[in-house]
Amino acid sequence: MSIVINHLTYAYTQGGKPLDPTLKDLSFTIEEGSFLGIIGHTGSGKSTFVKHLNGLLPCEKGTVVVDGHDLSQKSERKTVRSLVGMVFQYPEYQLFAETVFEDVAFGPRNMKLDESEVKSRVENAMALVGLDQERFSDRSPFELSGGERRRAAIAGVLAMHPKYLVLDEPMAGLDPLGRREILALLETLRTESGCTIIMISHSMDDIANHATKVLVLEKGSVLMYDTPQSVFSHSEELQRIGLSVPGITKICIELNRKGIMIPASICTEDEFLTWFREGRQHA
Amino acid sequence: MRDITLGQFVAGNSVIHRLDPRTKIGMMILYIVMTFLVKDIWFMSIPFLYLVLELILSGISLRYILNSLKPIRFLLILMFLLNLFFTKGENVLFGIDLGFWKLTGEAVLQSFFLSIRIILLVAGASMLTLTTSPIALTDGLEKLLSPLKIFHFPAHELAMMMTIALRFVPTLMDESDKIRNAQMSRGADFESGNIFKRVKSMIPILIPLFVSSFRKADELAIAMESRCYHGGDGRTRMHQLKFRIDDLFAILITLAFVAALIVILVLF
Repeated sequence: MSIVINHLTYAYTQGGKPLDPTLKDLSFTIEEGSFLGIIGHTGSGKSTFVKHLNGLLPCEKGTVVVDGHDLSQKSERKTVRSLVGMVFQYPEYQLFAETVFEDVAFGPRNMKLDESEVKSRVENAMALVGLDQERFSDRSPFELSGGERRRAAIAGVLAMHPKYLVLDEPMAGLDPLGRREILALLETLRTESGCTIIMISHSMDDIANHATKVLVLEKGSVLMYDTPQSVFSHSEELQRIGLSVPGITKICIELNRKGIMIPASICTEDEFLTWFREGRQHA
Repeated sequence: MRDITLGQFVAGNSVIHRLDPRTKIGMMILYIVMTFLVKDIWFMSIPFLYLVLELILSGISLRYILNSLKPIRFLLILMFLLNLFFTKGENVLFGIDLGFWKLTGEAVLQSFFLSIRIILLVAGASMLTLTTSPIALTDGLEKLLSPLKIFHFPAHELAMMMTIALRFVPTLMDESDKIRNAQMSRGADFESGNIFKRVKSMIPILIPLFVSSFRKADELAIAMESRCYHGGDGRTRMHQLKFRIDDLFAILITLAFVAALIVILVLF
């Protein structure tokens, strides 16, 4: 199954009049099990696009179909919201319950699961994000540290067992360790539970290292939708729209300029090392 | 939730827009006094004429005024009906007399009179906020209230609080939208169920909103203090309020209306 986006166009309204469209005729398919990285300049429509994936914004023109559920149908939205988990920017600001346990349980309870299932899901989700059950369950979410609060909020989404997990800049404002932990968590989810990850990020390195597909949005249109290797080989085009390429790709471009022939498709350190070792063997 | 007309400023450069906010506050107070002096529906035409004059001079579209009346439409209907039922009168209209209640001319007149008074009051108050930016309005209020400082009335603090509150309305709207989206993504349902259920379903929005307001207030206090804010004493302004010849005319015209009204009331 997959998420199929077909001719999706969306314009916000102001005072009853539609503004210039934020999304223009998007059509593509997000395959199950993939890790989609979405990049784009501020205001390119990234956040507006992901709000269509679980029906927070209505599909006015075009369709979004999640595992066969057409989101133009209002009745399908509730079903899709339990399929597509959504982690917004600074998700810790959505915490509200008296204890961490209660907050994580909010989603599963809304799904009308029975109490033993809720309990096992909450414990499972807290373990996934690395919050110790005994230490954190009964504490107020407001007395946790910033990083812990973010993890508690993410656990609240994971406890719904989403098939698709959408994250809007989940690492914003975290320290390097916090970033690594979140990225490792996403990899675990994808490889172990087969969860499809859709992540908006401004870090080209994170996208290059983890994504299997990259979507480049520019002024509401799809500029590229391809593998990271292929997307990041268009460095000039990316620079032109205010984006960038991963650090290692920058090094490769400079090396090329100095006359060292190196493939333009390298975008992770691992690929670079593989290329380097192979080159030495040949020499 | 997104369309709050009350207190929505419409930028412009008309005579009314350019008046000193203190003048406009004064004008509104006199206007309110006028509507309360009138005891008869026909004399309501004088404050009404004044409002029309102000509307024409300001170049504000009538649509904005009508929009500002929308939130009070149920109150108006309720008040109209209550007066229709409970005003004592003698002149029975159309022979409607049900024994326990009869439709009387006095009741109809009274209902219309009170409705018109409320409409004129709200429309007049909207005229002030439609033509005066919130900042100018609070500046004007601060200046008007500053003589009370000798009685330790916190005029500056009050004005600053109002400015900040107004400044944060759009921010909080935005924030509540975001939290709402997040909780809806977690399966929260704000639309179904009875009234108690719906009020309860607002808790996951209200608590994060309160928490973030307190956080924002703290951050703003620190940001203000790091720019050396220490209250109103000795604070200078970029835009000084100045009375001009227009302001004098505006006040004189308003006073002329009040005087005319008083003369008419005394004569008839």
